[in-house]
Amino acid sequence: MSTPARDALDRHATPWLFATALATTAPHALHQPTWLSALSGAVLLWAAWLWWKDRRLPGRWLIVLMVAGGCAGILLEFRSLFGRDAGVAMLVMFMSMKLLEVRSRRDGMVAITLGYFLLLTHYLYSQSIPTGLWLLATMWLVTATLVRLQGGPASPPRDSLRHAGVLCLQAIPFMLVLYLLFPRISGPLWGLPLDAHSGKTGLSETMSPGSIAELVQSADIAFRVRFDGPLPPKQKLYWRGPVMEQFDGITWQPYKGRYRTPQLAPVSPPVSYETTLEAHGQRWLLALDAPTGLPAETSLNGTLTAASREAINERRRFRLSASLDYRFNTSEEAAVLRRNLALPAERNPRTRQLAREWQAGNPPEAIIAKALTLFASEFTYTLRPPLLGRDGVDDFLFNGKRGFCEHYAAAFVVLMRGAGIPARIVGGYQGGEFNPLDGYLVVRQSDAHAWAEVWLEGRGWVRVDPTAAVSPSRIETGIADALDLGEPLPALIQWRADWVRTLRYRWEAINNAWNQNILGYDPLRQRELLARLGLPDADWRSLATALGLACSLIVAGLMAWALYRRPERDPVVRLWQQALRHLARRKVDCAPWETPLDVARRVREQCPELAVTFQPVVDAYLVARYGKSDQALKTLRDAVAQLR
Amino acid sequence: MLKSTLSALGGRPRALDGVLEQAGQIILGKDHEIRLAVACLLANGHLLIEDLPGMGKTTLAHTLARLLGLQFSRIQFTSDLLPADITGVSIFERDKSEFRFLPGPVFAQLVLADEINRATPKTQSALLEAMEEGQVTAEGQTRLLPTPFFVIATQNPAHQIGTFPLPESQLDRFLMRLELGYPDRTAERALLSAGGQRARVEQLSPMLLANELPGLQSEAAAIHAAGPLIDYVQALVEATRHNPAFQHGLSPRAGLALLAAARAWAWLAGRDMVLPDDVQAVLPAVARHRLRSAQGGGYALAEDIAALMRSVAIP
Repeated sequence: MSTPARDALDRHATPWLFATALATTAPHALHQPTWLSALSGAVLLWAAWLWWKDRRLPGRWLIVLMVAGGCAGILLEFRSLFGRDAGVAMLVMFMSMKLLEVRSRRDGMVAITLGYFLLLTHYLYSQSIPTGLWLLATMWLVTATLVRLQGGPASPPRDSLRHAGVLCLQAIPFMLVLYLLFPRISGPLWGLPLDAHSGKTGLSETMSPGSIAELVQSADIAFRVRFDGPLPPKQKLYWRGPVMEQFDGITWQPYKGRYRTPQLAPVSPPVSYETTLEAHGQRWLLALDAPTGLPAETSLNGTLTAASREAINERRRFRLSASLDYRFNTSEEAAVLRRNLALPAERNPRTRQLAREWQAGNPPEAIIAKALTLFASEFTYTLRPPLLGRDGVDDFLFNGKRGFCEHYAAAFVVLMRGAGIPARIVGGYQGGEFNPLDGYLVVRQSDAHAWAEVWLEGRGWVRVDPTAAVSPSRIETGIADALDLGEPLPALIQWRADWVRTLRYRWEAINNAWNQNILGYDPLRQRELLARLGLPDADWRSLATALGLACSLIVAGLMAWALYRRPERDPVVRLWQQALRHLARRKVDCAPWETPLDVARRVREQCPELAVTFQPVVDAYLVARYGKSDQALKTLRDAVAQLR
Repeated sequence: MLKSTLSALGGRPRALDGVLEQAGQIILGKDHEIRLAVACLLANGHLLIEDLPGMGKTTLAHTLARLLGLQFSRIQFTSDLLPADITGVSIFERDKSEFRFLPGPVFAQLVLADEINRATPKTQSALLEAMEEGQVTAEGQTRLLPTPFFVIATQNPAHQIGTFPLPESQLDRFLMRLELGYPDRTAERALLSAGGQRARVEQLSPMLLANELPGLQSEAAAIHAAGPLIDYVQALVEATRHNPAFQHGLSPRAGLALLAAARAWAWLAGRDMVLPDDVQAVLPAVARHRLRSAQGGGYALAEDIAALMRSVAIP
């Protein structure tokens, strides 16, 4: 295959393309299958080696074969060639293989286009600040590669980088205008294909021993809360998730049938707050117990769990209010009570035997107190409980005596049901970490928790947290203090040194500001901003107009800047332009193709009285511009000054 | 006023003013063309004069040879002229029993190749090779031509019967191409009343010594061309390449030729730097025969060159 000389890619441009390919594909190694990263890495190395040795690039048929093989691999891995993961995997593979066939500048341009596209794909996985910074730097690099390809072999690398940097800087105003004014659709900044929501961490809808302990080992943020008033006491911060009533001996599940509308009687005045939920793939809002005020498009179900109409698949912000002390369903349906007394037959006989013993003659409050006293006396709070057998609760209560919140909650509920008190498990989060720098309460996956709720005659459903009896510090200060060192908690949570904590607070505050203000810029906020700019009720038409106007203004500004700057470069030219403007005011107009001597002739003909003062200007200008003399600038300046 | 300009720009005695003046008295009313012709020789380039018969082409060549003190020869090209008629032949001398080379008319400092387009291409190329190389290869032996070596070729317009038009590659060897054109009324009147000028050429006395010209040539070649001026030449050359009025643009060699001619023109004006005016003055003579008009395919039209100049701003 021959390449026309004009279009041939010079040898020293290829390393730029390698850098582009590496920078745009490497971060995908964090989430794509290892074999794919290894394959594209190997292909890149091969291409680099061929370049280094100045060998012939492989033939077209070989590349076609490799692409086919890669596609087959992707098809096997993802069961599809479409969707986010498979699509990105294809792009990464194409990028590396394209470098095996860069012969002409056109091939280089294809690689660069692919590079720009790959830049975008990173935002499908992460929109964090480091990602943004990395992609900004990469965009600079890709643009510099583009400049290098257009500039040819003569342009040194520093020039390409500088040129690309200027281009990127000039793009910033456009970026800001587009960001602020481009009509927003309600949804995330980065709309994702369907497969993007698999593997989201978060509370699950069911609970079995160990399920929460696993979740607690993640330091990921579940949601952030900002209270309008002061922060309520930590032991009252119960963030309510699913309520689980059905127990098969191992797993707890919510009841899927109908409930009547909950009857909630607030006792304390409501506190209002704003919560920013990370995507967790479920519908519940994890509202503070008990939710009294709910935003539109959300509702409260029969078990007091606030839920959105759709699954929360992107970061969402809600305004809520809650009453920390409340009464809930003081009269309850018989069916619900029956359901909350049911226990699987032939499971956990010892526990049920113990409960029956307690039930004899004791009021419910006394039974609850007995259970809590039992937990407080002999039990240990740990993330590493011993394995439990078929009768899990029996094993836990009488043999292991070591467990995590779900063990205590489950054992407590089984005891209560056995003693004839309706009881159920509530999943959610407890507590959170207050960041004094920005005033946000950060609730992480490690704050996941399970507690119990019992129904008492006259008081309705009452929250009982058996974990608080075992390990009061879990509820009062947080999980890191409740567990011994050496428990498998994330390092981020475990570090207790002050400076680490301060650093972490600062970083989280910055991150939060980024999430709230940059990523959380939604249609509502756009409307608010436009209203503040004097554009109330902006529809897409006025937005488009504003957008067009702002872009034109920027273009005009940049052009004015460029035009203003150019004459600055050479004082000789600037002085001559000044003299020409002087002539123009005297109605002596000169065309740009007229030489200075032509101009002098024209002055003599059209404006003879000016000729005497103008001739020295011409003479000095010609010497200064076309001659060798260095002193001519001053002569010219004096001569131009004489024109006035 | 122009005088003051020139003195301000570093004026110095103009050695060739006398040549220009004397030639102007022979070829009446053609001062600009004479100046171009002298500039061409000064830039060490060959000159092509193209016009109808009887316009004074030969007289101009002859006059310049006399005034510049150059050894002169004239070749009248005809369709049966052979290359050896130009370069020379070896003849056998019976008394010495050996071949002796008799140099042809090309061995002169200024060669007037009259009506070059009447000879066959083979003969034309013999001369053109001498022009390019400054040497002649005849009968296996290479012989250097004298220095300076100029060719002033004249030709009749190509559409005349019995001509072999020069190919483009050979036209490019001529630094300039001139058309003399009809004289104006006063010049023609003076010409008619004074009678033919040919006879007066023989009475002219040289204005330069024979070996003086090369020094002047190197002076002219050293005239300062500033960055903006080179920008201007480059912009003009580039503009020809994008101009739809021409079939193709100027070559890099043409750009060099343009700059050299502009330097000589500036030297003739007594300046020590090249101005855009100098470039504009020589541009038609340097560029027209190197370009092809998009309409008809002949030389570029003078109007197109003027339009080209108007399309390029003075840097």
